[in-house]
Amino acid sequence: MISQRKIHKTINPAGSGESPGLSQKTALGNSKRFTEIPIDRRKRRMEFLAKSLFFLMTLLIVLPLITIMGYLFYKAFPVLSLEFLFSNPTNGMRAGGIWPAFLGTIYLVLISLLVSAPIGVLAAVYLNEYAQENWFTRMINLAVVNLAGVPSIVHALFGVGAFVLFADIGRSVLAASLTLAIMTLPVIIAATKEALGAVPMAFREACWNVGASRWQTIRKIVLPNSIGGILTGIILQVSRAAGETAPIMFTGAVFYKVISEGDFFAYGLFDQCMALSMHLFTISTQVPGVPEAISYGTAVVLLGTVLLVNMLAIVVRVYLRSRKKW
Amino acid sequence: MTNRYRLEMLTEPIIEGVIRLCGISAIIFVFGIFFFVFREGADFLFSKLDIVEFLTSPEWYPTSVSHKRYGVLALIAGTVSVTVLAMMIAVPFGLGSAIFVSEFCSPKLKEAFKIIIELLAAIPSVVWGFIGLTIMNELIIDGFDAPIGLTVLNGGIILALMSVPIIVSIGEDSLKAVPDSYREAAEALGATRWQLIYRVLLPAAKNGLLAAVLLGIARAIGETMAVLMATGHAVKIPTSPLDSVRTLTATIAAELGEAPVNSDHYQVLFLIGVLLFTITFFVNLTADLIVKGIRQK
Amino acid sequence: MQKDKKKIEISDLTVTFGQKTALKGISLDVFENEILSIIGPAQSGKTTLLKVINRTIEFIPGAKVEGIVKIDGENVKGVKSVYQLRRKIGMVFPLPVGLPLSIYDNVAFAPRSAGIRSRSELDAIVEGCLRQAALWDEVKDRLDSLGTMLSGGQQQRLTIARALSHQPEILCLDEFSIAIDPVTTMRIEDVLKELRLKITIILVTNLVQQARRLGDRTAFLFNGDLIEIDTSEVIFSDTPNNKMTYDYVIGNFG
Repeated sequence: MISQRKIHKTINPAGSGESPGLSQKTALGNSKRFTEIPIDRRKRRMEFLAKSLFFLMTLLIVLPLITIMGYLFYKAFPVLSLEFLFSNPTNGMRAGGIWPAFLGTIYLVLISLLVSAPIGVLAAVYLNEYAQENWFTRMINLAVVNLAGVPSIVHALFGVGAFVLFADIGRSVLAASLTLAIMTLPVIIAATKEALGAVPMAFREACWNVGASRWQTIRKIVLPNSIGGILTGIILQVSRAAGETAPIMFTGAVFYKVISEGDFFAYGLFDQCMALSMHLFTISTQVPGVPEAISYGTAVVLLGTVLLVNMLAIVVRVYLRSRKKW
Repeated sequence: MTNRYRLEMLTEPIIEGVIRLCGISAIIFVFGIFFFVFREGADFLFSKLDIVEFLTSPEWYPTSVSHKRYGVLALIAGTVSVTVLAMMIAVPFGLGSAIFVSEFCSPKLKEAFKIIIELLAAIPSVVWGFIGLTIMNELIIDGFDAPIGLTVLNGGIILALMSVPIIVSIGEDSLKAVPDSYREAAEALGATRWQLIYRVLLPAAKNGLLAAVLLGIARAIGETMAVLMATGHAVKIPTSPLDSVRTLTATIAAELGEAPVNSDHYQVLFLIGVLLFTITFFVNLTADLIVKGIRQK
Repeated sequence: MQKDKKKIEISDLTVTFGQKTALKGISLDVFENEILSIIGPAQSGKTTLLKVINRTIEFIPGAKVEGIVKIDGENVKGVKSVYQLRRKIGMVFPLPVGLPLSIYDNVAFAPRSAGIRSRSELDAIVEGCLRQAALWDEVKDRLDSLGTMLSGGQQQRLTIARALSHQPEILCLDEFSIAIDPVTTMRIEDVLKELRLKITIILVTNLVQQARRLGDRTAFLFNGDLIEIDTSEVIFSDTPNNKMTYDYVIGNFG
């Protein structure tokens, strides 16, 4: 706790040479009303310096970002086209397109979403609507936070140990998707919890008072009015799942696989697949002699997809905020 | 009372059971992760591993035909060096930005910055690794006249850019959480913004800011792809930022593919996973306890 | 007016929230088809009492309830369906709450939750309850608009309509008129007087005049204790059974 007196002392230290401002009537009394005395001018200068310093720091974060993005796009430009997206890589991945990787990422994201969305939403419903405030609930919340902090490579090891080996699914789209699902679960839980918490308690009480059960209340009032936040969480999950490499590296993604171009059903659940993130890793580190444009092109497609999905989440959030029902 | 109502009332306990199950799923998964990772390496741990040598020897030669050694000290040094460098950059810039966004910014600019920070956070780690491999690599070679650009410096800068969003967003939250009464008291006494920040806000928010830094550290320690691609492949204790290193995470990613299943090498890699899990678990736990501390005030 | 039949019997009811005791072993009966007014200053336990009757006290973490509450001779703790119990009781709290649904859906919410699906039945219920709540004329042309967009007074009447929508046998009102203008309050008071012929009403109020106007009997709660309960004539006379009652009624404290 910082007392008033301490604040006063630090702001107007005694013996600073110039008039300490507040308690000195003479300085204020003598000079013309409301013009600056020297200490005020010094304070203003410091204020300006501080503001500029922090602004500069922020700029130094933002500017490199924009320059890097621009540079990536510039280098990728020659290769970016629909054909790039929908054709197979050729010549040992040194030419052609990225279709198998693109489709693979779509599969992985959709299947992991099918698993993590219901579990995540219901887990958040439990935490926000049913759980009592006791040590067990605290443990669950702790587990969610820790799940969020597990390094991605450890998720990969888990995926190998649990799905590939123990459950004997083998390296497959299914195993990789399940691994991704567990990785993105905390995102959905956190976003849903926040959305549920924004619904006023008064609504729930009004429902309980007319004889509705907890689940009826949740189903009819709470969930429909949290859908915005839930959607945001799910969309964020999508972007994270699309970008991850480590969890899928050993659980189902492969360097190279040719599939029928333009066929959206080319992969089976137990097949191995390519993925955009994995592909970028492969052609930048494992394959020599890949033309620059193709690597940059892959990076841009991946980055663009992820950023677009995130922007979608932001737009959804802003739109729903404007349609508030209370 | 209609039949449909009766049906609803009967299925409700089932639905609530499913909800409860999902609720405890997080605990199940966390334990599950630890269990399954530990399981793969358990054999080696209990039979042949010399834990002291494991943790203190810098000699990592898992594939040597004659003399296999499994010391991870150099790998730990790799992780530590990159993380420390990253934090040295990310903490001041991240906190500076947090202060700027929360104290000096107009609302419109604030929205814009927050969106940019969010987008920065969304960039996949493999893309960051790619940036390290290409753009950063060239910059370092040119700028420092270095023989190679895949170094501690490269990884450190990339990690810093990756950790900044966490520090900024949590830092900004903690500054926002400082009670308005503190601000009003300082302003009433004629404090400038800088004095307000330095003398009042920072001390008051220090718990949250500390948590922000800890979470940034946890992120940096656990990062895999970016450091795999940006720090090079030398397994040695670095003596300068221009040395190449290998982190714990990168080692697993680089070598798991080639280690035969259930071989010693394979199991040791899983044990490194256990080590990583434990470290990040405790860092996250500490940060969470600190955050709980402020929320209870 | 069947004064003999007891609708609600409360014996030795004690409610605690951790260290704080909200009700200290009170006992009282509510007769069928009467209006019982409950008066008393803030923090007397009036609201807690209502919440015990319809068992929504269970939603407050840390609440402990001891004692017996019977409705129609049956202990409320042991009922087969607590939801049926809550539907038997209509509850109106001081804070107006319009659910973020259409006005129609607001009033149809309870019947729908109880399983009524037929459109014609729901139409009848919605119109009937809105009329009784003195709201029908104002909203009959915009039943589709959001309940949360009504004014405070309208939302309060909507809450009353909702409370009536599941045909309760007991109606509890907790300071219902705070957010309503005097004219509308009068209209609702007339409705209450009519309703009393069919159902039992408990009216918690800070407005002494309202309690006197409406209540057949009045109970005075203070700080968790039941100071006295008697016919309104006695309570509001110059010589109630307890001097504290007299002081409160004439405004010496509270």
